[in-house]
Amino acid sequence: MNTLPQQLANGLFLGSMYGLIAIGYTMVYGIVQLINFAHGEIFMTGGFGALTVYLLLPDGISMWVALPAMLIGGALVAVLIAVGAERFAYRPLRGAPRLAPLITAIGLSLALQQAVFNWYHVDGDAKTARVFPQLPFGPLHIGSVTVQSGDIFLIIAAPLCMAILALFVRLSRTGRAMQATAQDPDTAQLMGIDTNRIIVVAFAIGGFFAAVAGVSYGLKYGSVSYDMGFIAGLKAFTAAVLGGIGNIYGAMLGGLVLGIAEAMATAYIANIPGMQQLGGGGWASVWAFVLLILVLLFRPQGLLGERVADRA
Amino acid sequence: MTALLEVEDLRVAYGKIEAVKGISFSVEAGQVVTLIGTNGAGKTTTLRTLSGLLKPASGKVVFDGKPLSGVPAHKIVALGLAHSPEGRHIFPRLTIAENLQLGAFLRKDKAGIERDIQRAYDLFPILGERRKQAAGTLSGGEQQMLAMGRALMSQPKLLMLDEPSMGLSPIMMQKIMATILELKSQGTTILLVEQNAQAALSLADQGHVMEVGNIVLSGSGQDLLHDESVRKAYLGED
Repeated sequence: MNTLPQQLANGLFLGSMYGLIAIGYTMVYGIVQLINFAHGEIFMTGGFGALTVYLLLPDGISMWVALPAMLIGGALVAVLIAVGAERFAYRPLRGAPRLAPLITAIGLSLALQQAVFNWYHVDGDAKTARVFPQLPFGPLHIGSVTVQSGDIFLIIAAPLCMAILALFVRLSRTGRAMQATAQDPDTAQLMGIDTNRIIVVAFAIGGFFAAVAGVSYGLKYGSVSYDMGFIAGLKAFTAAVLGGIGNIYGAMLGGLVLGIAEAMATAYIANIPGMQQLGGGGWASVWAFVLLILVLLFRPQGLLGERVADRA
Repeated sequence: MTALLEVEDLRVAYGKIEAVKGISFSVEAGQVVTLIGTNGAGKTTTLRTLSGLLKPASGKVVFDGKPLSGVPAHKIVALGLAHSPEGRHIFPRLTIAENLQLGAFLRKDKAGIERDIQRAYDLFPILGERRKQAAGTLSGGEQQMLAMGRALMSQPKLLMLDEPSMGLSPIMMQKIMATILELKSQGTTILLVEQNAQAALSLADQGHVMEVGNIVLSGSGQDLLHDESVRKAYLGED
């Protein structure tokens, strides 16, 4: 169970999920220099949107039919909330001091948490975690590595989404406009680019990726809860900074590095003489944020981050 | 005949500070008109207002028969007003070719875009040689060429150039001025903002001297070039 390949695989799965969420932080930051701290909650609503669709479907429906519908439902909810947040919470504050949208994001994050908490609280079920349906096949065994069904979904969905995004940004007209807007928003307008539309697209893509991550989370852990976006959001934000905020490849890489580092630290730190108490799952987040602090100290622009100088 | 661009009593303010205090001028099709003046005279503010990046406090701007008030910047380009901004503002992490393509962002005619990119390379051969290079790696003069080439890619009716000679070596500056002259001879209408009054006035049909937000003197390029007060204030003669 505790073999090195297994730990690497665990880190890879976890990291893929962080990376999917990190895309939303990094795209929005790249274009409007805003840390959307409500993004963790957008991830959470994606999971709940998918769960809601599942509960509306007839009982006993095959997951192979339900999963696509759940993905669409979750994505719809997350994208609408992300775009709505941009339109009604962040856009009116554009040009305001940076602290204002930051506080707004924190407020929005609490509002979304409480809304979902109350919404799913009413049916007499006081538990905060809701059971999430599972894919109907058991774990796969590849050599010494065991892969759970939820992780199989992740390992297919994450690279697929990333590849499509990379192609979109490089090759499409809107993708080119996004790059231009990220590098110089005023000049992008002089080219005829509607930068408001580009900002909406960035939020929408972030919301979509968060929804895929939210569904992955449900499949991986078997439940979703109103507060699942808090730690996952912080981790994904760490991943985005680790990879170089503003860089989509950095977000994915940062997610993977963070996931693997977390898995390694959890599994092996306790083996170091004198550090027995510091291993195990309870310490995972500690090591993740220690890594963030180290990166901020020694490579503040992140692994793939561009130097700030060429923005001038 | 009405002018291509008509500016009437334009006022622009940053908060309470008025940077442009009610200026009026016009640009006829085919003309080169220059705004000269020192730093802080309001020249760049004027151009940024015309292209929609800044909102005027009051006044009227009519371009090609259409009032520009309330029109967002990205729609003003579509009307045929291109702006090569001060400090060049090329997209540093995109290639030269991609920068030029972005200049044609609103055009749909693929063949025409390719042809105009080729024309930009003919006008500035160094850009053609380095087309696959990130624009941020170019020298200042080359970036200026790229910024001008990119602005031309929208097939503008009026090309606004803000300080194209800023920070360039004398040789590079001559090259840029020669290019402006060449564009003029091809019939391009240009609104040129310059601190280098000598160079700007010698190729302009019309010139306006700006001082702290006002136009204080107007005339033909040649007249201003020989005007005693202009020579004293801007051409370094006593």
